[in-house]
Amino acid sequence: MGISSRLLQEFRAIVGPRGLISSPEELRTYECDGLTNFRVMPLAVLLPSTTEQVQSIVRICHRERIPFVARGSGTGLSGGALPVENGIVISLARMNRILEVDFPNARVVVEPGVINLDVTACVQPQGYFYAPDPSSQSVCSIGGNVAENSGGAHCLKYGFTTTHVLGLEVVLPDGSLVHLGGKCLDAPGYDLLGVFVGSEGTLGIATKIILRVVKRPECIRTLLAAFPGTNEAGAAVSDIIAAGMLPAAIEMMDNLAIQAAEAAVHPNYPDCGGLLLVELDGPVAEVEALMQSVDAICLKNGATEIRLAQTDTDRMLVWKGRKAAFAAMGRISPNYIVQDGVIPRTALPRVMSEIARLSGEAGLRVANVFHAGDGNLHPLVLYDRQISGQEHAAEALSYKILELCLAAGGSITGEHGVGEEKKRMMSQMFNEPDLDTMQRVRCAFDPLLLSNPTKVFPTPRLCGEKPGEYAPHPLETAGIAERF
Amino acid sequence: MLETQSIREELAAIVGTANLRAPVAQDAVLGVVPQFIVEPETEKQLAAALSCANNAGLAVIPRGGGTKMEWGNRPKRADLILSTSRLNRIIEHAWADLTVTVEAGCTLQALQSALATHGQRLAFDGLWPERATIGGVLSTNDSGALRLRFGSLRDLIIGVTIALPDGTLASSGGKVVKNVAGYDLPKLATGALGTLGVITRAVFRLHPLCPNSRTVAFFATNWDEMQSKLHAIQDSKLAHSAFQIRAAAGKVPEANLMFEATEAGLSAQTACLRTVLGATSISETSSLEVWRARENLFANLQEHSVVAKISVLPSEIAKTVQWLDGLHTSAHISWQAIIQATGIGFLRLDADASTLPKELTALRAQFERNSGSFVLLHRPEFLRSLDAWGDPGDALPLMRAVKHRLDGKNTLNPGRFVGGI
Repeated sequence: MGISSRLLQEFRAIVGPRGLISSPEELRTYECDGLTNFRVMPLAVLLPSTTEQVQSIVRICHRERIPFVARGSGTGLSGGALPVENGIVISLARMNRILEVDFPNARVVVEPGVINLDVTACVQPQGYFYAPDPSSQSVCSIGGNVAENSGGAHCLKYGFTTTHVLGLEVVLPDGSLVHLGGKCLDAPGYDLLGVFVGSEGTLGIATKIILRVVKRPECIRTLLAAFPGTNEAGAAVSDIIAAGMLPAAIEMMDNLAIQAAEAAVHPNYPDCGGLLLVELDGPVAEVEALMQSVDAICLKNGATEIRLAQTDTDRMLVWKGRKAAFAAMGRISPNYIVQDGVIPRTALPRVMSEIARLSGEAGLRVANVFHAGDGNLHPLVLYDRQISGQEHAAEALSYKILELCLAAGGSITGEHGVGEEKKRMMSQMFNEPDLDTMQRVRCAFDPLLLSNPTKVFPTPRLCGEKPGEYAPHPLETAGIAERF
Repeated sequence: MLETQSIREELAAIVGTANLRAPVAQDAVLGVVPQFIVEPETEKQLAAALSCANNAGLAVIPRGGGTKMEWGNRPKRADLILSTSRLNRIIEHAWADLTVTVEAGCTLQALQSALATHGQRLAFDGLWPERATIGGVLSTNDSGALRLRFGSLRDLIIGVTIALPDGTLASSGGKVVKNVAGYDLPKLATGALGTLGVITRAVFRLHPLCPNSRTVAFFATNWDEMQSKLHAIQDSKLAHSAFQIRAAAGKVPEANLMFEATEAGLSAQTACLRTVLGATSISETSSLEVWRARENLFANLQEHSVVAKISVLPSEIAKTVQWLDGLHTSAHISWQAIIQATGIGFLRLDADASTLPKELTALRAQFERNSGSFVLLHRPEFLRSLDAWGDPGDALPLMRAVKHRLDGKNTLNPGRFVGGI
């Protein structure tokens, strides 16, 4: 099914000729996001520059029953911005203004296309920063962060995107505009803000976002400790937590991940079986006292080498290695799949040895980089697409790792989102009534199931009490959804 | 509606006759007297009793410790009180993972005591912890002083199970601190005043108990000075856990800060605070008296006392107090308040005049004009018709839609929430 020239004309009238992409060559840019093994061509891509334009586009989609997918920078790793069949993509890239910076209240108001790191850039001179720091923060957008409830290395202490979003202006799937939350806390009513953040584009499109920024701590110290293996490193993590400390970040890398990072950005990591990166921040006296304890704990657990990043340059290099870890896999493997399952921290040794066993069975290498403080794994399954059957085997292995996470009482995703990729895992994590309840909430926002309709849930639930005449939903016709 | 007798039998079959009783005077909810009090022991019993009531067209009032039953509006109907008092187990304290799974009827204090045996806590200081339950503090979104550092309950809850009126028991979130699978319904349940479902259990992320803490106080000569000190502290490198300002009509404002750190850290923080405050002197003070002072606002309530939860921008706390002082001068309304540095505050008003309704409406309008809110928590009988919540904004139709999808028959707490929900 194509798109009628009448509709194209209508869309063009809203966004202007430069805001509409409909030629197949140009559309190809938008056929996937950071998860490249799923691709769908959209009917058209629209690039609105105002909230009113977003509303007008969505009203047409509502009238014509055209599904739409909002897109930020397209860096998502679960296919959240993957177009849906016979749908359009609404790119928020042009809505990229920082609208207000309010230092006395530590609030920043932005449009969804603003890049994560640019928020910090605009408050840094006054000593503030925007805490959520996904590894893609130099390119990913705040709107995308809101959709995915993005995390990052420092959410162990500072929380996730949802902790730092205080208010939203949202275009609902019928084109109407609502305001959730606000500059003040605890607005009367349901916390629909909390529901919207992390809903992966299924409840509408955020067009304005009120963020909280945080004062930069007096000092930041980063310690690097080399262990014989991940078990010893994991034991050190447990002891740090048990000692009552809440570091700003605790990251772990196994030998394969260290090799890859070393090959890519030369962070000069010690060559070891398990590397721990512990960052403490806060008042100097406090951090220095605690750093001594961390040092002692690492030694007690068999650390063979401990380094303290002495300067900001040292720190940056240490983090560069960690943040480049995914991309660095290209140095040691032609292709890889990354998952982000979460386990209770205490299950780490058991799960790691199971991953090693599964990796051996499948004959595929798995590199491990993770947010060890909160149990958020990032197993990277390495494979070569050119070798027949390897891609399939790699996918199967990555799903098995998620099953391990679930069996350990964890989650299938800590920060990347369910999207297209993991929706079939949702029914392993949740029971039918759980998923049904979530979809009832979705029906309140989007009764016609137009906003990113095929994502998150294994079987989209069509909502009863539809206004207007019954017409089969495109998803129903295609056999993707069922009516309850 | 089914025969009362047959409903009674059905409920008794679910929870046992011993756990179904007739109401006594204290069971009335803002004057509305229910027919049944039901005390289920398990989540399944609770869901079955709720579903039974829903089928029979009975209005259900969920209740924990009953400390905040007057919050919200008077229910339009109240037939059955669904008490979580026996649903009070701590299911799992995974101390090495810093999480706890607890049933809704467990009191805050019982939970904190159990967590403390492993040197941990739920970083939340609610009202009346001896009686307030987990389900209750979540549903009312109570907010203490530790929020400044640790976030509010919405930031601490990581999983929830709720019973829906149709008998569904639905879980969302999980048992790990980091998890983005599915919608964040723990946040939806928090602050919903039990109008969408009945919380039966919750999972929280925990924080270590800090062995050393210090509470200090300082005074400012006037509100402009207090406002600028508040800004100086919030803009400094201090890492305090709590910061509140206590004030009352005709008194100079007092600020309290709590530091939690190592011994070395505490001394350094106190020294740093002295630098930030300049000539203002600070004194160490009793932490218990200071951080439970919020409860005093609800003590010795008079015939015309009103207690409200207010929310303002942190930069406008002084301005807020000026409105209050204006009321004091013009309408002889005396006030006392505890305002946290987050902009959340608790305000007590005492008046002897019938001007109260008019003044409250005007005061709420002031807050709302400044993008804040003014929510009544306690009010005298004659003010019961005044809406407790104020303006829920343009998302009200969406809130109604959510309510309709989860509680289509308007069984739970009808009329107690915003916009008549």
